[in-house]
Amino acid sequence: MTTEPFLAPVTTPAERREWILRLLTGTQRVDRIRRLRESIILSLLFLSALISVATTIGIIYTLSIETFHFFQRVSLIDFLTDTQWTPLFTEKHFGIWPLLTATLLVSAIAMLVALPLGLLAAIGLSEYASPRLASIVKPILEILAGVPTVVYGYFALLFVTPLLKRFIPQLEVFNALSAGLVMGIMILPLVASLSEDAMRAVPQSLREGAYALGATKLEVVWRVVVPSSLSGIVAASILAISRAIGETMIVAIAMGQVPRLTLNPLVAMETMTAYIVQVSLGDTPHGSLEYQTIFAVGTALFLITMVLNLLSYRFLQRFREVYE
Amino acid sequence: MADPIAALTNAQAARAEAAPRVQAPTAAGMDVEQLSAFYGRFQALAEITLPIHPGAVTAVIGPSGCGKSTFIRCLNRLHELTPGARVTGSVRLEGVDIYQPGVDPARVRQLVGMVFQKPNPFPTLSIYDNVLAGVRLHRSRLSRAEADEIVERSLRAAALWDEVKDKLKAPGSSLSGGQQQRLCIARALAVEPLVLLMDEPTSALDPIATYRIEELIWELKQRYTIVIVTHNMQQAARIADYVAFLLAGEERTGRLIEFDTAQRIFTNPKRKETEDYITGKIG
Repeated sequence: MTTEPFLAPVTTPAERREWILRLLTGTQRVDRIRRLRESIILSLLFLSALISVATTIGIIYTLSIETFHFFQRVSLIDFLTDTQWTPLFTEKHFGIWPLLTATLLVSAIAMLVALPLGLLAAIGLSEYASPRLASIVKPILEILAGVPTVVYGYFALLFVTPLLKRFIPQLEVFNALSAGLVMGIMILPLVASLSEDAMRAVPQSLREGAYALGATKLEVVWRVVVPSSLSGIVAASILAISRAIGETMIVAIAMGQVPRLTLNPLVAMETMTAYIVQVSLGDTPHGSLEYQTIFAVGTALFLITMVLNLLSYRFLQRFREVYE
Repeated sequence: MADPIAALTNAQAARAEAAPRVQAPTAAGMDVEQLSAFYGRFQALAEITLPIHPGAVTAVIGPSGCGKSTFIRCLNRLHELTPGARVTGSVRLEGVDIYQPGVDPARVRQLVGMVFQKPNPFPTLSIYDNVLAGVRLHRSRLSRAEADEIVERSLRAAALWDEVKDKLKAPGSSLSGGQQQRLCIARALAVEPLVLLMDEPTSALDPIATYRIEELIWELKQRYTIVIVTHNMQQAARIADYVAFLLAGEERTGRLIEFDTAQRIFTNPKRKETEDYITGKIG
């Protein structure tokens, strides 16, 4: 079949009208091909979206079933009010608080490191560093993000803890402090990189507007650049918190496996993720109560991360700055 | 005695028969009827009815926020690309409603080209490929000779050929602002539209570049129907044959206040609002 002419010969007004109508209603062969291509792409896109949605539903389903079985044997009240977590002992207690406290404590320490350092690094890279310096420093910073977390775990256990012990003699071999510090270093590039992207997206004209009013560099950074990129910085921080709460290897290696309820960062504790590792590495029989506990803990972890993500989404929507 | 009208029609038909069957389309008119445009619940335009005469320049004027841009974006179905946007009423191109079911919006935009306020040549493409960008969408096979011919013809029509003929492989973004805008015009002309929409095409350009674009618009209206949105009264007076004056009231919905020939709008407007606007009392 020959291709139809791009522009048909046209003479009379009626012919012209006919020609326009034919062209607009897309009756040519190329139109059919284009429409087919569009619908194939559309279904491909829909399919890929569907796969991730289906996976999520699958995960939620598995978690819910096992969690449901768990709560048929252990009351939700106990889970939320008991202050001991001893499912592997003879005298069993199922209070989530020791695991939850440990998780939040180590994440808080990590954020205390990552947030100020990451923000300062982002400001330095985006506002102060020469393009040459930034092109050297940024890749180095990003190498940090590429280090496997197991390496960070042993770095905390074998380097940071002995180092800290010189200043804090009562520090235990496994402790939340060094795990948190190292975790902070691990998520620092995430905070720095995403915040820097947000700051770079602030248009130069806004900076110039402030300079034109007589602002100094520091004033421009603190009063224009940081507020304008706040939504991006908050998004980066919440992502970092999510990452810290879900982090597994560092805490499993350097923080210990002692589920105790304390806010003292110098002693061994056990996070939710570390507990899941501990049980899944052991020989807990499938379907036993001990086995079901990891799903209950996993559900709790999942809910926390979900709430954080929803929060960040709401926050972004409320504070989003849109630039041309 | 023969029927004079029939005789005339026959004569026309005979002339049409004798004339060479032209490849290139000549200018086409549009008819806008009861056109309303919405962004979600917000109504940006209310019941605009006006003709767009073939082979003439129609200027759309009015203060900021009166819906000028929305109006011309309805003429090539670009408005509906904004999420939540919709249109009621009809826009006919040579009598064919471009909003009727079965019409492919991509084809509408082929026949009704557009040039934007800020020159937007594709940054990754050369000048040559920028001109062909639209053509390649509609024609899968394009010989080298055909491509060369289209590029030269379009760049000549956009009065840019002499300036860029020696650097067709340079990126489009290497040109000056005025040249970039003429490249965008060449790109729009390359797909052989019937109507060319221009949304404040000179507001980002200096006076000399503006002058060249205005001169170009004069030449283009021999073959194309042009609708131009402009903030500049002098520009409208210089280039337009017809002028539509839009104004938005308290509720920010744009309405057509007056449509007439440019001469009458600028010398003897019927409505007081039009007079106030063109003499600088409002807007």
